[in-house]
Amino acid sequence: MQFMLLFSRQGKLRLQKWYVPLSDKERKKISRDLVQTILARKPKMCSFLEWRDLKIVYKRYASLYFCCAVEDQDNELITLEIIHRYVELLDKYFGSVCELDIIFNFEKAYFILDEFLLGGEAQETSKKNVLKAIEQADLLQEVRIFLYHQIHLL
Amino acid sequence: MPAPIRLRELIRTIRTARTQAEEREMIQKECAAIRSSFREEDNTYRCRNVAKLLYMHMLGYPAHFGQLECLKLIASQKFTDKRIGYLGAMLLLDERQDVHLLMTNCIKNDLNHSTQYVQGLALCTLGCMGSSEMCRDLAGEVEKLLKTSNSYLRKKAALCAVHVIRKVPELMEMFLPATKNLLSEKNHGVLHTSVVLLTEMCERSPDMLAHFRKLVPQLVRILKNLIMSGYSPEHDVSGISDPFLQVRILRLLRILGRSDDDSSEAMNDILAQVATNTETSKNVGNAILYETVLTIMDIKSESGLRVLAINILGRFLLNNDKNIRYVALTSLLKTVQTDHNAVQRHRSTIVDCLKDLDVSIKRRAMELSFALVNGNNIRGMMKELLYFLDSCDPEFKADCASGVFLAAEKYAPSKRWHIDTIMRVLTTAGSYVRDDSVPNLIQLITNSVEMHAYTVQRLYKALLDDISQQPLVQVASWCIGEYGDLLVSGQCEEEEPIQDEVLDVLEGLLVSNLSTPVTRGYSLTAIMKLSTRFTSVNRIKKVVSIYGSTSLILYCCNDPISSWISFNFHLTECPLSVCQTFQLQLLSPSSNVVPALNQGTVTQVIRVLNPQKQQLRMRIKLTYTLKGSPVQDLAEVNNFPPQSWQ
Repeated sequence: MQFMLLFSRQGKLRLQKWYVPLSDKERKKISRDLVQTILARKPKMCSFLEWRDLKIVYKRYASLYFCCAVEDQDNELITLEIIHRYVELLDKYFGSVCELDIIFNFEKAYFILDEFLLGGEAQETSKKNVLKAIEQADLLQEVRIFLYHQIHLL
Repeated sequence: MPAPIRLRELIRTIRTARTQAEEREMIQKECAAIRSSFREEDNTYRCRNVAKLLYMHMLGYPAHFGQLECLKLIASQKFTDKRIGYLGAMLLLDERQDVHLLMTNCIKNDLNHSTQYVQGLALCTLGCMGSSEMCRDLAGEVEKLLKTSNSYLRKKAALCAVHVIRKVPELMEMFLPATKNLLSEKNHGVLHTSVVLLTEMCERSPDMLAHFRKLVPQLVRILKNLIMSGYSPEHDVSGISDPFLQVRILRLLRILGRSDDDSSEAMNDILAQVATNTETSKNVGNAILYETVLTIMDIKSESGLRVLAINILGRFLLNNDKNIRYVALTSLLKTVQTDHNAVQRHRSTIVDCLKDLDVSIKRRAMELSFALVNGNNIRGMMKELLYFLDSCDPEFKADCASGVFLAAEKYAPSKRWHIDTIMRVLTTAGSYVRDDSVPNLIQLITNSVEMHAYTVQRLYKALLDDISQQPLVQVASWCIGEYGDLLVSGQCEEEEPIQDEVLDVLEGLLVSNLSTPVTRGYSLTAIMKLSTRFTSVNRIKKVVSIYGSTSLILYCCNDPISSWISFNFHLTECPLSVCQTFQLQLLSPSSNVVPALNQGTVTQVIRVLNPQKQQLRMRIKLTYTLKGSPVQDLAEVNNFPPQSWQ
């Protein structure tokens, strides 16, 4: 996978994960153009398209578009499953996830993605294990904060 | 100094902005506050400030002043800081800037941290955005972690190694020892990432490929277990056990089996098993079938297996899910050359896909249809393709028209069918045919001697209906100029026009706004040629004198008593803008006949107006009769003295 974008129906970016080196300017241009292209597609069209020299796989969940750019040899159908798995993870974590959750907790959305994919490939195929890791890391964050506060009270 | 506003508070505030200007103002205010907080080296709230900066960056505002702060967060001992710091690094830094190298030491330390979640952050960041230099420096650490028994770290190290190899291929060797028992792992995460690593290594190095071929039996066993094992809640997706791992294994098998008979044979059974037993009601099952088909088609599989694969694709074509139809067409396009007959069996389904609503599916169906045209099915296929040409979007018309011309040229069952097909294309998609079609078609028509009368009559009729499509008009004009005598002489099936009517039509082209200069050239040439075929010479002379000093292109003329020299002007840079760059004026030749026995010459003056000083070259085609037989002579003049055009 080269990159993954999440955006709203109005074209606002909610998450952008880049697995290839590109400058900020280049990323902005690609995002803008691709988002426009996808928003222009009709609902009956298929989830795959060729865009520039990339294969694009996208799917809409409620008000959010999930869009991935994959390599030539990548299986488009399993990419749809990857997207779906990510959505399930978000759903489990936030409890019936909606766009607002992603907006207000974008950093958590990234953390979850980074426990599921690494360098553009799936690192863990068990939903349970991804969620467990996130849970533990979150706990670590809180424990440290707790301890930090304790130390300062002394 | 009050505490900086919290992240979620900021988000809430920014979202209340009603205009872009209002939002910008809020952002600027907050950025200023963040900047001064950074300047004060505030450790407590650095994390909060960077998080806010990342939010604003996502909205599209500049955040480069936060880059160094991310590095400070990464270096902090607090887990919260590191989490946000690494995230910031991945979002704000890119390997083209030197500043990212400052991360290297921190990452090195964190790779050896006592907490696995910190090690995880480091591995993730390195595997996502590590530059070649960083990868070189840290490859050793990654290799160490690849051998750990901690599966949480091992799986991440494997993917990190993939990234290192992509960035610095020479380092691949050092990971070889660590791959020794990767596949003996029970943990699916490690298995999946190991297969990805092995795939990367095999794709990059023939030596590695040869080395890893021995893993085929083990991979087959793992795959078999996944298929045969009962329900495993942890890895189940709609009744299928770990489809992600299955797909990856199938892909690795493809690479290992390619051009190797033994490996291909060893995987034959499992491929057949997956192909026949996988549940097809959901996307996930079809994803596995798709990968299986790709593997079967790429390795040295026996013909029975190949037919099985093509039939799966055939079934995909009938699936309600358009995504499935799309991948089927893509795959069939890849195999149509090697398994032509098998794909032919699905021709009618493929042709049906021409009517699909989706643009991508239509395009593939069109490409595939052209690939399937042969001498046996040309009539039926062409009917469908011409119907498609009629109704398809403009973006397809040029390619479709070209495809039709090519197929017609190869497989036309008769000359009349061929001409009819060309006519159909010119009338339905005439504005989309490529520029080189016109001379090609003229050549084709010239060679179909027995069809001249039929062709000119049909083209004339087409002109009466529509003069907007330039290629059609050009070909029609040329034909009328050549065969106008056949048009008016009663050789046509329908009521023939009289000479004046024909000249009316051609003159109409000259004055029409719809005609391009090139088209005007064609029609003027046609009128001139008719001076030797028609009797209304006075009228023709009048037209020529009015329009004759404008730009022209003249084409080959077969009339044996014609005095015209035919030529094309070829320009170095702009082939079709003759009329914009040159203007020609042909004066009358000195005589119609060249005296015998070298007793005289015929000269004809051509005046050339060349304001842009383009290099002059001339190609001359002379057609004349010698002792009653037609002769054709070609010559080029390339050595016009530079003074003549500079």
